[in-house]
Amino acid sequence: MGVEAFSVAWDRSEESLECSLQQHLRGTAVLIMDPECARLLPALCAVLADPRQLVADDTCLEKLLDWFKTVMETECSLHLLQDHPCLMELLSHVLKPQDISPRVLSFVLRLVGIFAAQEDCFQYLQQGELLLGLFGETGALSWAAWNMPSVRSGWIQGLCSLAQHPSALHFLADSGAVDTIFALQGDPSLFVASAASQLLVHILALAMQGGASGSSISEAAAWPVCAQKIVNHVEESLHSKATPQVTQALNVLTTTFGRCHSPWTGALWGRLSPPVACLFERDPIPAVHSLMDLLLSVARSPVLNFAACGLWEMLAQTLSRLSPTQAGPLALGTLKLQHCPQELRTQAFGVLLQPLACILKATTQAPGPPGLLEGTAGSSLTVDALLSSKSAFVGLLCQTLAHLEELQMLPQCPCPWPQVPLLEATVTILRLCDGSANPSSSVGGRLCGTLGGCVRVQRAALDFLGTLSQGTSPLELVLEVFSVLLKTLESPESSPTVLKKTFQATLRWLQNSHKIPNCSDLSPDALLFLGELFPILQKRLCSPCWEVRDSALEFLTHLIRHWGGQADFKEALHSSEVPTLACQLLQDPESYVRASAVGAAGQLSSRGLQATPTSPENPQAQQGLLMDFMHILSTDSEGFPRRAVLRVFTEWLRDGHADVIRDTEWFVATVLQAVSRDLDWEVRMQGLELAQVFLIQAMGRSSLHCPYTVGLPEATSPSPHPEFLQTLCRLPLFEFAFCALLDCDRPVAQKACDLLLFLRDKTTSCSGPQEAGDSPNSASVEAVLQRWREGEQGQPLGDLEPEAMLAILRSLDLEGLQGKLAKSSDHMEKSPQSLLQDMLATVGILEENEADCY
Amino acid sequence: MLQEEGTYQTELIDLSTVDVILISNYHCMMALPYITEHTGFTGTVYATEPTMQIGRLLMEELVNFIERVPKAQSASLWKNKDVQRLLPSPLKDAVEVSTWRRCYTMQEVNSALSKIQLVGYSQKIELFGAVQVTPLSSGYALGSSNWIIQSHYEKVSYVSGSSLLTTHPQPMDQASLKNSDVLVLTGLTQIPTANPDGMVGEFCSNLALTVRNGGNVLVPCYPSGVIYDLLECLYQYIDSAGLSNIPFYFISPVANSSLEFSQIFAEWLCHNKQSKVYLPEPPFPHAELIQTNKLKHYPSIHGDFSNDFRQPCVVFTGHPSLRFGDVVHFMELWGKSSLNTVIFTEPDFSYLEALAPYQPLAMKCTYCPIDTRLNFIQVSKLLKEVQPLHVVCPEQYTQPPPAQSHRMDLMIDCQPPAMSYRRAEVLALPFKRRYEKIEIMPELADSLVPMEIKPGISLATVSAVLHTKDNKHVLQPPPRPAQPPSSKKRKRVSEDVPDCKVLKPLLSGSIPVEQFVQTLEKHGFSDIKVEDTAKGHIVLLQEAETLIQIEEDSTHIICDNDETLRVRLRDLVLRFLQKF
Repeated sequence: MGVEAFSVAWDRSEESLECSLQQHLRGTAVLIMDPECARLLPALCAVLADPRQLVADDTCLEKLLDWFKTVMETECSLHLLQDHPCLMELLSHVLKPQDISPRVLSFVLRLVGIFAAQEDCFQYLQQGELLLGLFGETGALSWAAWNMPSVRSGWIQGLCSLAQHPSALHFLADSGAVDTIFALQGDPSLFVASAASQLLVHILALAMQGGASGSSISEAAAWPVCAQKIVNHVEESLHSKATPQVTQALNVLTTTFGRCHSPWTGALWGRLSPPVACLFERDPIPAVHSLMDLLLSVARSPVLNFAACGLWEMLAQTLSRLSPTQAGPLALGTLKLQHCPQELRTQAFGVLLQPLACILKATTQAPGPPGLLEGTAGSSLTVDALLSSKSAFVGLLCQTLAHLEELQMLPQCPCPWPQVPLLEATVTILRLCDGSANPSSSVGGRLCGTLGGCVRVQRAALDFLGTLSQGTSPLELVLEVFSVLLKTLESPESSPTVLKKTFQATLRWLQNSHKIPNCSDLSPDALLFLGELFPILQKRLCSPCWEVRDSALEFLTHLIRHWGGQADFKEALHSSEVPTLACQLLQDPESYVRASAVGAAGQLSSRGLQATPTSPENPQAQQGLLMDFMHILSTDSEGFPRRAVLRVFTEWLRDGHADVIRDTEWFVATVLQAVSRDLDWEVRMQGLELAQVFLIQAMGRSSLHCPYTVGLPEATSPSPHPEFLQTLCRLPLFEFAFCALLDCDRPVAQKACDLLLFLRDKTTSCSGPQEAGDSPNSASVEAVLQRWREGEQGQPLGDLEPEAMLAILRSLDLEGLQGKLAKSSDHMEKSPQSLLQDMLATVGILEENEADCY
Repeated sequence: MLQEEGTYQTELIDLSTVDVILISNYHCMMALPYITEHTGFTGTVYATEPTMQIGRLLMEELVNFIERVPKAQSASLWKNKDVQRLLPSPLKDAVEVSTWRRCYTMQEVNSALSKIQLVGYSQKIELFGAVQVTPLSSGYALGSSNWIIQSHYEKVSYVSGSSLLTTHPQPMDQASLKNSDVLVLTGLTQIPTANPDGMVGEFCSNLALTVRNGGNVLVPCYPSGVIYDLLECLYQYIDSAGLSNIPFYFISPVANSSLEFSQIFAEWLCHNKQSKVYLPEPPFPHAELIQTNKLKHYPSIHGDFSNDFRQPCVVFTGHPSLRFGDVVHFMELWGKSSLNTVIFTEPDFSYLEALAPYQPLAMKCTYCPIDTRLNFIQVSKLLKEVQPLHVVCPEQYTQPPPAQSHRMDLMIDCQPPAMSYRRAEVLALPFKRRYEKIEIMPELADSLVPMEIKPGISLATVSAVLHTKDNKHVLQPPPRPAQPPSSKKRKRVSEDVPDCKVLKPLLSGSIPVEQFVQTLEKHGFSDIKVEDTAKGHIVLLQEAETLIQIEEDSTHIICDNDETLRVRLRDLVLRFLQKF
């Protein structure tokens, strides 16, 4: 039977080949269904229909569907079905009671949906009773495989695809599918249930799209039957006592308002807002999260007239009804809304601030700081209530801090922003966490106990503290921030993650504290702070925990990058052991730390802050660091430190570091030599980057040497000096770039290609193309390159003449190569033809495996 | 320097009446010679082997340090209260100075240690039949123990100096503490706010920082305990911190024994270290440090040490109080340079007080107290796990520390609230002894015929002789009924045994009046009248002029001198009752 089926399939494939040729002649696009695919299709359909053949890989079927979808975008699906009878056979094959695997059933349901999305094809399929047979009550619903979630999901997705035109709407109404979808909303599989809700929204939108218009929108009775049915169902569900049903209805509505922005949604809200409002009167409020999502979704809708539909009142009521833990996300959502009455914004902000206000209230003697408590004065929320569950309290606090942090970044950030009380509250929280707070009240004591050593809250508070650095704060508070930061950095209890966050926050506060416009200098307070910070940093650089050493080094690098040029900073740094310790960490056993130490030492050296102060008479120490880095580059067993070295070298070259410009040629040559042997592709990439910086600089410089240059070097694109080309050959930069061009890692090859293109463009005027083939030297180079291509990359190019290099450069099809490299490496394997071949190969139908994908 | 130590309050108890001393760990046995040698104590001391051995080392070190600086005379006049009042601060405030004693000698130490009875974990020790005591691992130090003191129906756990952290000793045995009536909890961490992990990190950072800057590090410490963990941390850390060339010196009269003892107590170590022994490898990595010459140990600063001494270096030495021992020398030597650092790790002493005599001091000083004993969070976890009916603890643990009165988390919080005690307070533990276990001899048990009263509950009467000796109770079969006296001698013997009558069976059940009347009628009685009374019924046999009074717990047959009738009636009554 297998052989027969195969021969039949073969015959058909010949037919289809003819068909597609005819189509081609007719001028129909056959871009995607190419002849080879058309030839393979019948065999594949036979495999799919054969219950004995197991399609092992679900992703193949998904890819196949994607392919069909793309085909359908350019082709008429009816023609496709008619031209490929094997497809029709596969579709109708499912109608016969056979034990086809659920995944194939699901596939076919979805495929039919894709075909039936076009109305003519829909009608064609309906005539054949295929649609009713698959989607009707006697179809998939009656199969044993209906128990499988994948089949139910396929059924929904199929319907979702086909519901694109009025005919589909009638079909849905007549076939009773809508009732099935209602039932599937409560499906035990979450995927199915969610897809069912989405499908209802899709159908509702489709029905309303064509059904109602103009004045009839406001009259629900004038809505299409199908839409009415759905809305009635949602309304009934909203009245239900069972929370899952209410949740389903709310989810449908949330999706509807999120997706559909036509005028009819206003009428829909007008009709359904009373039952939604009733939900808030129940105790407890059912499906709180879904309710909040719905309110926010409605509030975001661009077509609703909120003032008229009472949404603001409902939001206000909800905010006051919900517990602080529940109301947080709603308050944040409300504050993010574009057009929201100020009163509501104030209320929402008050809700968000409540936990912090409570903490301030419990820990301060004063009647209460202004600003933060105003909005919440009437609230009955107390710390006692909050403290009833530690985990809930900690969760609420973290959530609040994260919400406030998010809010401060947004354009909708409330104004005036209560910077001072927020900062006070955050500092208080940090003090409660590290145990240094000393509240007099008993509630304060309980807060101490709850938050003491709580890393989660500490992290969230530090993040928020960092964000708060953007506002303007009074000096005494800034000093308090510095003191709490120091305390956290110093404390032996601080975990590595907390320390990292503290370093980040410290950096932000140093950048923003007491900011004087147009001045990047550190404030006097910041300098005092640094004086205390460096001894702590010293200790952290000696931490037994590598994460701490690493983040301390990163922090140091940032500090130097920002303020390394400032005399006061230099003085403070030099009076500590920090530079020495940082350089010692170049020998750290942990590679990440070594990498960070490279960054820090490089930065120190760039700013002339290295451990041993160099004088013009004694350049040895400085040279020492360069040699240390070279040593790391050529010997370190881990990639991170080597990458870090190259980043520093590139920066040094770019910034004209003294050691580099002393003998740039030697420097570049040594680095390239080390990099060309490196096994880490990122190091090789960085090497090319360094080469590029060198080229740009050198060309700029050589052009300046040219006495005839007029105007800016960039504008005139000068040709390089012949001596410079000699240098490139000597370095050997050409050899490095050619070698990288054949690199097995695509990004490296791409970068090399870009570099060579740049070089070729800059050297076009140097010599004429006619010289290319003439040079005997270039012939030998090409021969070597050819051997390289064949995998023998050990052989050097030998001594090269610039002319030969240029000739080769011009002879290479760099643009072509660039195009090839731009394609992702799996572009061959992604072709539909390859997909079909793979699928057939896995089931062993294809006689000879012609695929050579991998 | 005072060479006297405050010991114990002698007025509180007469130590000669104490039968048993249980030692929890080697840190809390330093006063043992004072008790065993000078108080008339004749009881037994129980401790595990490592506790005794390492305790000996600690005492030996102490004696050695003290004896190095002998004093011909000792002043005692200052102990006069009137004089003491006038002395400067620390002396003025000292309490109970009259009880201060000179330090004991090695001879006294040996004599004291000879009174120790060695025990192993989970070993059950009978104390006079009254209670059984069992040491359990407390996870704090080598051989450190918690004690279970239990009778058959009561269980008291004494938890002192325990740790839930993973350090070198065997982990704490929590499971055996379950079902305690009372859990006495003491010896919690001295520094509840300092997390040992953080402190070890701090210790390493400060050590490395000092040494890298060319300074020396002094660690005043005991010769055993936390030092093992510190050496292990340093073992992992020195290479990464680039300290491989820095010498570590451990100077103590008992340094060698301490390092070696730690390696041989395999069965008392945590699982990881135990398994190393089978490889075989030394359980502690300090063996490798010694082998590679990174760690060197000396009995004192004299002799070999002075030849080998190389700076910068790290020195571990005692005594942590900085009042005696080799540490004093190093404080004098290094105190003047700010490059050097002294790092305090022992939590028992206030580092500020320890440093006071050395001021002004240029040397940097770091306080990294490493106390692995339970903190309050761990206590609340432990209590949740073990669930004792009552917790008893020192008063200090039931309120936040005075310096941090707002820290409500730094106290024991349990339900019902812990019972607290103060110094020298006698406390009645909150349980009553309701039951005693009594053993029944097999032959007596054979003779018992239990009857089921309710499903699952059977009763049997037993007549026996109760023997009580050493708090053990045994029921033995009663002696046979006395033989008719045949001779005078016999008679005297039988007089000795308690007067044993033949025992009547016990009766139970109630008499249904209607059925009883019917039975009477069946047996020929007529003219029966029943009267209800407050307590029961009266059955009147008018003809026989007899009255049967039936009440809840008694039945009386009142008839006029007619024994035959009474016996007949009695037998009829007995038909309705169960005998056993």
